[in-house]
This record gives sequence, C-alpha cells and structure tokens, in this order.
Amino acid sequence: MAGKNSLYGPLDPAPDAGYVDAPPRMGFFTDTSVCIGCKACEVACKEWNLVPDDGFDLLGTSYDNTGGLTADSWRHVAFIEQPAVDAPAAAATATPAGTQFLGMPMSDLPGRTVDAPRTDFRWLMMSDVCKHCTHAACLDVCPTGSLFRTEFGTVVVQEDICNGCGYCIPACPYGVIDQRKHDGRAWKCTLCYDRIGGGMTPACAKACPTESIQYGELDELRGRAEHRLEKLHEQGETAARLYGNDPGDGVGGDGAFFLLLDEPEVYGLPPDPVVTTRDLPAMYRRAGLAALAMAAAVVAAFAGGRP
Amino acid sequence: MVPPARFRSYYGRPIVKAAVWRHDIAAYLFTGGLAAGSALLAAGGDATGRPALRRAGRLTALGAVVASTYFLVNDLGRPERLLNMLRVAKPTSPMSMGTWILSGFGVAAGAGAVAEAAPLLPDSGVLGLARRALGPVGAAGQWGAAAAAPALATYTAVLLSDTATPSWHAAYPELPFVFAGSALASGAGVGLIAAPAGQAGPARRLAAIGATLELYSGHRVESGMGLLSEPYREGRPGRLLRAARLLTAAGAAGALLGRRSRTVSALSGLSLLAGSLATRLGIFDGGIASARDPKYTVVPQRERLARTPPADGPGASVAE
Repeated sequence: MAGKNSLYGPLDPAPDAGYVDAPPRMGFFTDTSVCIGCKACEVACKEWNLVPDDGFDLLGTSYDNTGGLTADSWRHVAFIEQPAVDAPAAAATATPAGTQFLGMPMSDLPGRTVDAPRTDFRWLMMSDVCKHCTHAACLDVCPTGSLFRTEFGTVVVQEDICNGCGYCIPACPYGVIDQRKHDGRAWKCTLCYDRIGGGMTPACAKACPTESIQYGELDELRGRAEHRLEKLHEQGETAARLYGNDPGDGVGGDGAFFLLLDEPEVYGLPPDPVVTTRDLPAMYRRAGLAALAMAAAVVAAFAGGRP
Repeated sequence: MVPPARFRSYYGRPIVKAAVWRHDIAAYLFTGGLAAGSALLAAGGDATGRPALRRAGRLTALGAVVASTYFLVNDLGRPERLLNMLRVAKPTSPMSMGTWILSGFGVAAGAGAVAEAAPLLPDSGVLGLARRALGPVGAAGQWGAAAAAPALATYTAVLLSDTATPSWHAAYPELPFVFAGSALASGAGVGLIAAPAGQAGPARRLAAIGATLELYSGHRVESGMGLLSEPYREGRPGRLLRAARLLTAAGAAGALLGRRSRTVSALSGLSLLAGSLATRLGIFDGGIASARDPKYTVVPQRERLARTPPADGPGASVAE
C-alpha cells in the first residue's frame, strides 16, 4: 500500500489509502474573483454541520469578524482592502499624502457607465476552507487513526475516536484544523462527507449565490479553473493565479483549490506549503544517528577511566 | 545579523497554528529524557558493578516515566480516551511510535525498579521465592529499558520537527542530538546526586559528553538556521536557552572539577538537571513563538520559491 509517492509527490489519494474502485476524487474550486463576501457559506456550514458559535467579536479587520479557520469556523471569508495594484493608474489619481480616497457612494451601479473613473481602491474577498491535501500532514501524524481518508479522497476527523492529542494542529501547513475549547477534540471541514455520500452538494457550495464555491470532480474543476484563469488574463486581470491546483506542489495538490487575485500570503495562505512528512524519513534517520551516539556515549563513559 | 524581513500577511495573523500543547508537553520532553538517561545509567552501573548508580538509575527511570505518562495524559483534550493511542501503530506518526516506545520502556523500567525492593523481602516462604525471582526480572527490565532508552530520548525531537511549526521543522537535523545530549546530561545528573565519589566516575564522564553534545547541537539550532533561529534567541525562549547554557556548562564543569566533594558533585548534578529542563522549555517555547508570527512562515517559503525555477512553483500558472 505504501507506494513510491505515499509521502510526497503526485498521487491519487483514495487508491493509495487502500480503496478498491474508489469513486472520482471530489473537491472545491473557490473562484475568489466572483466572491461578494456574503458569508452564506459560513452560515450554511454552521447550520448543516451544527458547528457551535465562535464568539461575537468585532475584530477591526474590514468585514471579517471570523478571523480565520478554527474548530468552530470551517469556512472563513477573508476581506482585504487595498490600493489598486495598477500602479500607474493609482499614481494618476494620487491624493495628497496622509489621506486616501476610498470612493464616494454613487447613485448608479459601479461599472454601468462605460469609461467612468475608477477609484484606486479594491476589495478582495475569499472564502477559505480545509484544503483536503493529497498529502495531508494532519492525517499522517494522527496517532489514533481518528483522521482518515475517505473514498472521495477527502480528509475527515472521526469525533468518536479523537482523543484531543492535538498533534494535527501544528502539523497542518495551512493552519486549518484546530482544537475546540471545552470539548478538547480537533475539528475541521469534512467536505460534507454526510452529504456527498448521498450525492448532494456540500452546504457551502450549495448556498453560494455567485458560484464562487464550486463543487465537483477534481479533474473537471481543474479544467474549469484553467479556463477561467485564461479568460481573466485575457480581460487584463494579470495578477489572477491558481493556488493549490498543481499536483506537483509541496502537498501533492489540494482537493480544495483557489483562484486568487493577489499573492497567497495576502489572503493568509502560505506561499509554498510543503507537507512536513516529506522529511519524515530524514528525521527518523537523524534520530537514529543521535540514538546511536547516545549508546556510544554511555559505553565510552563506563568503559573509560578505572579498569 | 538577519536583515529585517519584509513580507505581506493577512492583518498580521499567523498562517500556521501554534501547537495547543500546554507546558505538560515541555515538561514531558524533560522527564522522558531523564527516564532514558537514568535507564542507561542503571544499565552501565549494573554492568560495571556500581550498585549506587544502578539503584538510582532504576528508581529515577520509573519515577520519570510515571511523571511522563501523567503529563501526556493530562495534556490530552479527552484524557479518558488515552487508550485510543493503542488502536494503531503508525510509522508516519511519531506520536504513535512514541506511545509504543514509552509503553515498552515503562513496563521494563517498572520491572527494573520494583526489583530494587528485593532485599526488603524475607528469605523464605512465598515472598522468598518472589525475592529470588525479582533479580532476573529486574535485570531483564533494566536491559529492556536501556535498549529502548535511546529511542525514547530522541523520538521526541522527531515529534516536534514533524510539524509545520517553522522553527521546529527546520531544526530536524540537529534537534535529536540536542535531546540526546540533554537526556545524557540529566541521567548523569542523577548519578552525580546519588552516587558516592567512588562510583560516580562514569557519571562525570557522561555529564561531560552529554553537556558537550547538548551545547554544541543547541548552538547550531540557535544560530545555524538563519531567520528561523531567531525565535530561539529572543524573549522567553531566548532567556531560557541562555540559562540552559549556563546551567549545563556549570554542571559539567562542576562534575569534572568537583570530584573530591560530594556537595559540589550533587550541586553539579542539580545544575545539569535544571539545564536540561531549561533546554526543553526553551526549544518548546521557541517553536511556539515561530508559529505565532507569520514572518517565519512566509519569508522562508518566499526565499524557497525564489530559489526554485518558476515552472515548479505554485505561481507557475501566473506566467501562462
């Protein structure tokens, strides 16, 4: 079962996990270019999965009062307010230092009047979720077998097995999985395992009003994403990029991948995540060497000196 | 000097999550190493006819492994489910491997320590039989524990390194040697405290070797990893690791120079133990600090991307 690429490299995870005749790998393609920040995904996820409330905090980070993915937030909509990246245009409409023009409310819809002046401000929104990695560090390090690979290639926690050791939490290169306070166990997105098994769409994708969140067979989603990216590039949105779509990346590609309009770290995503278990054989080798050194040190200490 | 890092982030929020482990786990790093070092001390003492080292080593190994078990269970989110750890044996999970190592070590160290009670039993009757059986049982336990000890002392380094916590992961080549040295130094500390001058020779040499290994490898972690060494030099982890250096160096010096004085030897032993504890706390806290600041996640990954040809990076599709 342990193949050449079981720890690192391109792989179809369900057959590698031992499934015979596994169904196609399912996933999410989240196209942030059409996200309107409505947070319907956050709400639908909470409702369907009975995820408890995560506190009513005002974080002072634009419209984002969720903060990030936690045990009690399995979808998280990020809001980024930033000056337009189109530097020459921004310079042309520059205001005196110290003030920033955020755009006046208009009586007409933006974009309706062709060639109307644009402000130097843009608002990025992105619905983040568990990436359901091809090489999932959380699953690799789980000591109880609570985390498992489903037949759809997704990664799910069995809450009746998890004993709250917490190892999956620092193992995740995206900072997704987390411990629920007063519960002790680790929780994260299941890609609605209970829904997709019955042929239904996950709650967040079902609720998304703009099809920013698309659910489907991963191969098909990847094709759709490439097509969308080409179109955006044609339209001049040259900063658009796909994130997590490449099976050759550090986690073997994500089951949930994204179309972003800026660098990943701007959205709170790692720019080049690598599954930690890629280096596990080397770690064990170093530990073995250190263990040998220990044994040798003891022999030397007792054999040396007085005969 | 590391130049000030320039990077972008989402409102300065961390990207990876810091371990939710409390200081139970940092304490376990120390008690696990102490158990391993003591078990090796006991075996060496027994093999070379030094009963004081054997006795102190066996008893400390059991005490430390019991404390370790307490710390580990206490840190679980669901302590009543501790036995779920034994559902699987999973090489990709250092924690699973460690559970089995610790379980085996615990049984063996327990047998070794209980056998130390043999002289308290009467010569005849059922208890007399038990007294005679305890000798071989204790020896088997002692050698079993000694065989598992190097794995017990070093797997915890893999446990920390096998995470996305930047300063733990980057330290994976050195960390097992830091922990090995730290475990040897703490075991030697037990010997220095417990053994009379005539039997303490190997403990002194072990103190010197362990402290050297701990200090040298620790230095490489604190200064050889560029930006990712920084969390080990600043704030609380920095203070702990500086204290650890002083305590370990003083302990090793005292162990070598104070051989005439039982008091100096015992103080040196204490100093080595305190140094080992401070090392573990400092390494633990340093990793946590590196996870809490997105700088340590973004900057090294950006540098890695800058080194690799664009065709391999996740930014590849931008160029299409």
